[in-house]
Amino acid sequence: MVTLLQIHEPGETPEPHEGETELAVGIDLGTTNSVVAVSGEDAVEVLKDEDGQALVPSIVAYAPDGSAIVGELAKRLLLSRPEAVVSSIKRLMGRGAEDVKALGGQLPFDIEPQHDGESHLVRLNIAGQTLTPVEISADILKALRDRAQEHLGAKIDKAVITVPAYFDDAQRVATKDAARLAGLEVLRLVNEPTAAALAYGLDKGAEGLYAVYDLGGGTFDISLLRMEKGVFQVLATSGDAALGGDDFDHAIADHFLKQRQAELGEADLSAGEVKVALMTGRLAKECLTTEGRGEWMLSGSDQQTKHALDRATFNDLVKPFTDRTIKICHEVLTEAGYDPLDVKGVVLVGGSTRVPLVREAVAGYFGSEPLADIDPDQVVAVGAALQAEALTVGSDTLLLDVTPLSLGLETMGGLVEKVIPRNTPIPVAKAQEFTTFQDGQTAMAIHVVQGEREMVDQNRSLARFNLTGIPPMAAGAAHIRVTFQVDADGLLTVSAGEDTSGIEAKVEVKPSYGLSEEEMSQMLYDSMAHAKDDMNLRLLTEARVEAERAMLAVRAALQADCNLLSVEEREAIGEVMDKVIEAIRGNDRDVINQAAEELDKATHVFAEKRMDKGIRDALTGVSMNTLEKSVGEPEDA
Amino acid sequence: MNMPAPINMTSAAIEQVKALLDGRGKPSAGIRIGVRTKGCSGLSYTLEFADEKNEFDEEMEVEGLTILIDPKATMFIIGTEMDYVEDKLESGFVFNNPNEKGRCGCGESFHV
Repeated sequence: MVTLLQIHEPGETPEPHEGETELAVGIDLGTTNSVVAVSGEDAVEVLKDEDGQALVPSIVAYAPDGSAIVGELAKRLLLSRPEAVVSSIKRLMGRGAEDVKALGGQLPFDIEPQHDGESHLVRLNIAGQTLTPVEISADILKALRDRAQEHLGAKIDKAVITVPAYFDDAQRVATKDAARLAGLEVLRLVNEPTAAALAYGLDKGAEGLYAVYDLGGGTFDISLLRMEKGVFQVLATSGDAALGGDDFDHAIADHFLKQRQAELGEADLSAGEVKVALMTGRLAKECLTTEGRGEWMLSGSDQQTKHALDRATFNDLVKPFTDRTIKICHEVLTEAGYDPLDVKGVVLVGGSTRVPLVREAVAGYFGSEPLADIDPDQVVAVGAALQAEALTVGSDTLLLDVTPLSLGLETMGGLVEKVIPRNTPIPVAKAQEFTTFQDGQTAMAIHVVQGEREMVDQNRSLARFNLTGIPPMAAGAAHIRVTFQVDADGLLTVSAGEDTSGIEAKVEVKPSYGLSEEEMSQMLYDSMAHAKDDMNLRLLTEARVEAERAMLAVRAALQADCNLLSVEEREAIGEVMDKVIEAIRGNDRDVINQAAEELDKATHVFAEKRMDKGIRDALTGVSMNTLEKSVGEPEDA
Repeated sequence: MNMPAPINMTSAAIEQVKALLDGRGKPSAGIRIGVRTKGCSGLSYTLEFADEKNEFDEEMEVEGLTILIDPKATMFIIGTEMDYVEDKLESGFVFNNPNEKGRCGCGESFHV
């Protein structure tokens, strides 16, 4: 059904579905805490519980009857009934059993063994129930939805949910599935840094480059955004999945424990002492964020020690970590081709950005005071709420995000051809033409990969499918068009078709296993560390593929027209062919290219003879009259 | 290298736009096509008379008509054909947009 449009006076185009009102909320579904907010007429409201708490711990406890308890209460049950409580479930979203195995025993989850015929999704065993991460996340979302409905006195069935910029397809799909289970339609998944920038209204402000500095408890993310012509783009993202405020606690605890050891002369520390020191470290950090100095007591093994800490020492302890975040900021800016002074504003996200040294470091590096007026724990939800309002009520800002890793295809020799490069704004669709490698090739295996490296086996495999029914043609004659499409939610679909025959293989790229944050940053790191080796390997592989292609062609020609050559000529070509085989086995690109060139020269005469023969064959038995006629009227030929 | 025109207009659409511009009763810079993030399926089109060209508008000339395209809309509507249809009951413009991946049930909004 199509609606006919009329031309209106400027600004008077009526809104679609005018008169129907609907409410949509913004949800920051976090690893540790979640927040729900709603944007109304003039302000965004972060929805709080009776105690005035905006943060809902992302923790779910399951009662024996199967009902779920979410939030603060579940957090308290974590100590008394750990077997019935799940936390940090976001880390398992979209993951397969294999991925979880790779994480080792670090996770406090009881993983259900996988049965035949079941999907690859992880299943957890909690208090006698078998649950998937999607179902557990859905329970958190339901709790947030309930909170919103209570506050607003209306039914809520639409939401904008934020996800980390590096979430892959599987993780995004899992998040959407969880929302659906919770009875929420996802209007859009928005990257967390993008939501933070929206919260500050950077989309309405001046054009330019902005950075979002997100330092949470255990992770650090930096994103570069550009606002241009009313369009919002995420230019680049990077980070460290094992760097955060918890490291600050550790550093302070270490410091205290060293003092304690020196004072008491203890050689070993008990686990209990370490735990107490960590909790004290956390308290000290929070205190020194506002105070200049303080004193703490460490107890344990019946002996108490007193520890004083001032802001300057605290800063010294934390500095190595802030230095690391600044180094990552610098790398991301350099990679994107910018100078810190090009950045017009920096948004702070995450509780750890309350630490004064963090703010100083950010201000020092970017040369301007960071934006921190909105509570850094709530800023993402505020942005999501604004986006939810924009999508229901309407706004002039279109939101663009980027692909976190490059998407490409495997080509001959195990090389990767990148179709959509990393940091491409989405939604995006890109098509690229590929061709056949061998004469008469009727099928093509399409292997979709994700990652930055040049060789397939160093990247991540997303999907495989076959395009069959390609009409037999000479190598290189077929035009295979492969289209990559990433929609506004960051989900990928790939299709392939052959032009002359019109055949098409529509593929549903099933989201495969998720990718952990560590792996993601490792992949990016590796691609930079190995950039030169990778390029050399790529060039070498390309030379090999090229030489092999030439060999295939010569072999096919020899088989067809061997009789055109004298014994000596044949031997000469054979010798050069041996040389090429030898060169391909070696690792010197120049030698391969040289051998291939020699083969080309050595077969030059042969090629001419074949061409002559071809023309002769065509003319044999054709009288001059017919020939002239056929030349004159080519359509009859 | 010439970029292909961002949108194509059928002759019926051109005729109708000309007629509407003539009948507007005041001078116009042309018509402006845009999209906005409204509607149940993500985006919807806007079609308005333009009093002046904005700085970043994409401008195209079709048979003496000036068509302005909002910069935010270009990436969503490149390759679209604008047509004018008329039957006994109603008449109006239609966008045949190859970028559209779906529409909402009422046909007022679309997504790419």
